This record gives sequence, C-alpha cells and structure tokens, in this order.
Amino acid sequence: MSLKIVVLAKQVPDTRNVGKDAMKEDGTINRAALPAIFNPEDLNALEQALQLKEQNPGSTITLLTMGPPRAAEIIREGLFRGADGGIVLTDRAFAGADTLATSYALSCAVRKIKDFDIILGGRQAIDGDTAQVGPQVAEKLGIPQVTYAEQILKIENGKATVKRRLERGVETVVVPLPAVITVNGSADECRPRNAKLIQRYKYAKTPSEKQGLSEECLKLYEERPALNLYEWSVNDVDADLDQVGLAGSPTKVKAVQNVVFQAKESKQLTAADSEIEELVKELIANHTIG
Amino acid sequence: MNNLIVYCEIEDGIIADVSLELLTKGRSLANQLNCKLEALVIGSNLDGVEKQVFPYGVDTVYTVDDPRLYPYTSIPHTSVLVNLFKEQKPQVCLMGATSIGRDLGPRVSSSLHSGLTADCTSLEIGPHEDKKNNKTYENLLYQIRPAFGGNIVATIVNPECRPQMATVREGVMKKEVYDPNYKGEVVKLDPKKYVADTDFVVEVIDRQMEKSKANIKGASIIVAGGYGMGSKENFDMLFDLAATLGAEVGASRAAVDAGFAEHDRQIGQTGVTVRPKLYIACGISGQIQHIAGMQDSSIIISINSDPNAPINTIADYVITGTVEEVVPKLIKYYKKNSK
Repeated sequence: MSLKIVVLAKQVPDTRNVGKDAMKEDGTINRAALPAIFNPEDLNALEQALQLKEQNPGSTITLLTMGPPRAAEIIREGLFRGADGGIVLTDRAFAGADTLATSYALSCAVRKIKDFDIILGGRQAIDGDTAQVGPQVAEKLGIPQVTYAEQILKIENGKATVKRRLERGVETVVVPLPAVITVNGSADECRPRNAKLIQRYKYAKTPSEKQGLSEECLKLYEERPALNLYEWSVNDVDADLDQVGLAGSPTKVKAVQNVVFQAKESKQLTAADSEIEELVKELIANHTIG
Repeated sequence: MNNLIVYCEIEDGIIADVSLELLTKGRSLANQLNCKLEALVIGSNLDGVEKQVFPYGVDTVYTVDDPRLYPYTSIPHTSVLVNLFKEQKPQVCLMGATSIGRDLGPRVSSSLHSGLTADCTSLEIGPHEDKKNNKTYENLLYQIRPAFGGNIVATIVNPECRPQMATVREGVMKKEVYDPNYKGEVVKLDPKKYVADTDFVVEVIDRQMEKSKANIKGASIIVAGGYGMGSKENFDMLFDLAATLGAEVGASRAAVDAGFAEHDRQIGQTGVTVRPKLYIACGISGQIQHIAGMQDSSIIISINSDPNAPINTIADYVITGTVEEVVPKLIKYYKKNSK
C-alpha cells in the first residue's frame, strides 16, 4: 500500500551548544551566533518516513514547516535525504504564535494537503522542548496520536503498529490511520544527504527565493516542477486570523529573565594525593560521606 | 467550580510521585487562591485510591473507573478531562511532565483552546497587567519555565483562557503530607457519561514497564558524569565510586544523548531535579540546563580538567584534574579513612 506521508519539521536555533558569545552584554540572546538547524527529532521522524517509503513503494513524503521564508533551507535539507517536496507556511500573521496557534496553522495546512495517511514529526523541538504541537495538531484534525514513538514496526490493513519508548519501559500500540506519530530522539538516526539528490535539488526554491531571477531562469523552473517549493500564507490555508500568531495564542510571555547562578567561593584543589586525601577526611569528619 | 485540579497518574494501583508532588504544590496554590484542591484519577479498580491522596489536602477526588481506561491511552483520557472541565470549569489544571502528561495535556488544551505551559520549574500566583488592552488580572498562575535550551527563564500567563494548564517534571516540586487525617469527598463519575466507545481506537498490545533502576531523586549522594567522561566504559568508574560511597550515578543531558548513561539518570531541566547532600560532578562543564537541576545540592564537588568550566563557579570544591586520575584516588582514600 502506498502511503501519503506528511513530515512536520521546524528550523531551530542550535541551543545545544550555546557558547559564551551567544548571550549579549545585556543578557539577551544573540540569535545570530546560533546556527539555524533542522530540529534533531524531526530528522528522526524523517528517517521513519523514509523507511516507510522504502517498505511501501509509491509512497510520497511532503515536508511541512512553519517559519520565516528562510525555513526553506530545511525543506531542501529534507529533499537531499529523500523527501519528495515541501511547503513553507509563512506569513507575518503567524508571528508570535504559541504552541496552540502553531498547531492550528499547521492543521489548516494539513487540511489543505487533504490527502494524507500519516503525519510524522519530532517529539519536541530543542528551542522550546514542549512536545505540544504534535498532539495539538492531532486533536485539531480529530485523529489519534502516538507520541514518544521509537519505531514504526509495520503498517497493515490501515493500521500502524508502533513501538513507544517511555520513561520506564516500552509499549507497543496499534493505531488506525490517519494518525499523528511523534518520534523520539532514541529512534534511528536520519540517513545522511545523498549526493545524487543534492545534485537534483540544490536549486529547488520557494517563490520568495526566486524573486529577481531572469525570465529565462523562471522558465526553467516552470519546466521542472520538482524544483518548485511552495509557500503558503494565512489565506492559502483558509486560516482564521483570530486563531493564528500572537492574537491566537492563549499563553502570553509576562517576563523573561536571564539565568544567573549565585557563584560560591570554592576551594581549589589539584589531583595530588595529599589534597584528595585531605578532602576525603574532611567529608568523613563532617558526616557528608561515610 | 473554579477550583484547582491535579490529574493523578496511576501505575499498578499506586499514584505516581509526580502527582503527589503536584498535589502538595496545588494545596498551597489553592490556599492562596482560596479555592478547593481537586484530584482526578482515571483508571481501573480505583476503590480506595482516595486514601493515597487525602493526606495531601485534597478536598474532592474524582474517579473514573473502567477496565478500558488502564493502561493510559490518549483519546479516552482526553475525553474525560474535556467533558469534566466543561462541567466544572477549573481555573487551574496541573499534570506531570511525563510521557502521559505531555501526551494528554496538549490534546486537552487543543480541544478547549486553553493555554498550556510545559515543564514548569516554578508556579506562583500573582497579578498581570495587559498594558495594550488596558486590562488587569488578579490571581493568575505564573507558569515559570526555562526556555531556549535553559538559557533564559520565562514567566508565562494565560490571562483569558481557562483552565490555566501547566505540566511539571518529577522531582521539581517537593512532596509533603499536608495533614495525615485530612478527609475530602469522593465523587465517582460514570465513565459512560465522559467517554464514548468510539474513543477507544488505540490498542496497547504490549507493555514492558520496569521499576526505575536508578533512584537519583531520593539519593543523598550523587556521582554524576558529563560528556567529558568520553565513553560509556568510563562511566563504570563512576559506578565504582558510587558503590563505594553508597551513592547513585547521574548524568548530564549531553552524556545521556551520547549514550553514556540511561535516560532515567538524566539530571537537569529536561531530566530530574535533585537536592542531595553531596553532588560530585565528573567531567560536567555545567550547561545552565544541568546546573538548574542540581544547584540546590548541599555540597558540590567539581572534577574537571578545565579550570574554567562554568560549573566550577557554583562548586564548593573544585578539583582540577582528569576524572581518570581523581576518581580512583577518591575511592582509595575513602576506603583507607572510613571505618
């Protein structure tokens, strides 16, 4: 059975390696110092999609991301690894969205895609770590969800068998399709970019990226549909303006504080035997150990 | 009406620690809000479950008892919460930031269009002024959580939508009995009124849960390793030290992500928060998200070859040296000097 797979992905600042230059003097974040990357667990989700595509010939993978126009970078990144096409959901009206407004916008876009069997996404994004968007999209679409998925074991008779990795064990569930499945970082790592696919898709562009190109160039794009990436606005997905962006977000950020830890006066030691023994004796004497 | 409700997780008939921690916090918030503390338990064979929660100051326990409601699946539990909340209109709902709470919370918030804040590290009550719309709100729940990989802390409020929902990780709040003789009311809800047969679409065909191997939350001494440990094999050294001192082994997120240690040993904002009397940080540089989960330890020893590792600023003792050199010496001199 061929599957129509949608993969939800997000371009995120790489918060895992925040260096000293990532914070400005005034304590705010210097976003420019953090590279924008394909959210790691979304790559795990893409790998599950690619495996499903291999097992179910004729399947297609569409990447869907919401963000600024430059988020098209991760769509190409996905094409280089085996996805078939992608859509950037982008509009000023989407700005400032919390997870609920984000999931509403994504669910509108999925409705516009219309024909889908399975929606995959990472469990959570590393800039927010909320894990909320997947289940919220599922609820908005009125379909079941499987979170914390580690592996899609099989798809049979319109149902997916999925192994979940939980805090204290594993669980295997059977879910009828269509469904939303969010994938854990413990799942198979995404395959690397494929050299042939890089050659094929390196010039894939969205309408905003094609701005300023010559007539001849645009004609070449018309002749090569696979190189055209889509950009959808609020109007394109028939979204209700009251439910997107900051206006559609029930949660409001009241305050943001830089994290400062109270420094202590520390005793400095070396690895010398005498100093280590002295420390151990001290800890035993004050009943910290022993 | 307008009370504070805690969704209580249950496994093998035992209410989860994280839920009891939230009841403890919920009791003090309810006192501030001058409202009742309510608990919701959904599962199978729930007779007598109220005895586990009343000592935490619970005024009302709602139970929904049906064999199909255990083990947890998303849609049936969502239906109970959504239907009960439409009826009872709680002002606040708290749940554990576990694989259940983080599956259920967003689904409920999406259905009710109520704001949900994940992984709060602190919850407070306070006013809020919306300058743009010239409106003031009293007694909102301040949902305080790290953001941006733990580099900032944000205070989130939900001014308009109810309930104000938040999830909190295990170990972040303290579990404390409010009154051992506290008695509330038990309200048994009829499952048929809250869940439709068509909600049971996901079937759990296999479940293998283990008791948590590591008990880092309750340990009085923790030996924790970071990415600087270099390998899973090098972690063995930490297990040796832990066995010698009667300690548990913990790990930073980077070490867990690298596969050096199991996930249930992870300490930090995205793992467990710990407050042991001694914390020995081995090869941990001290990302903010890690420090936030262990800074309340009574004594902190940092072993690091980098004298400028950020964790050193909050350590009581800084040993500049390699873990390979220092850890065996700690074992040796402990054995020599202890009776």
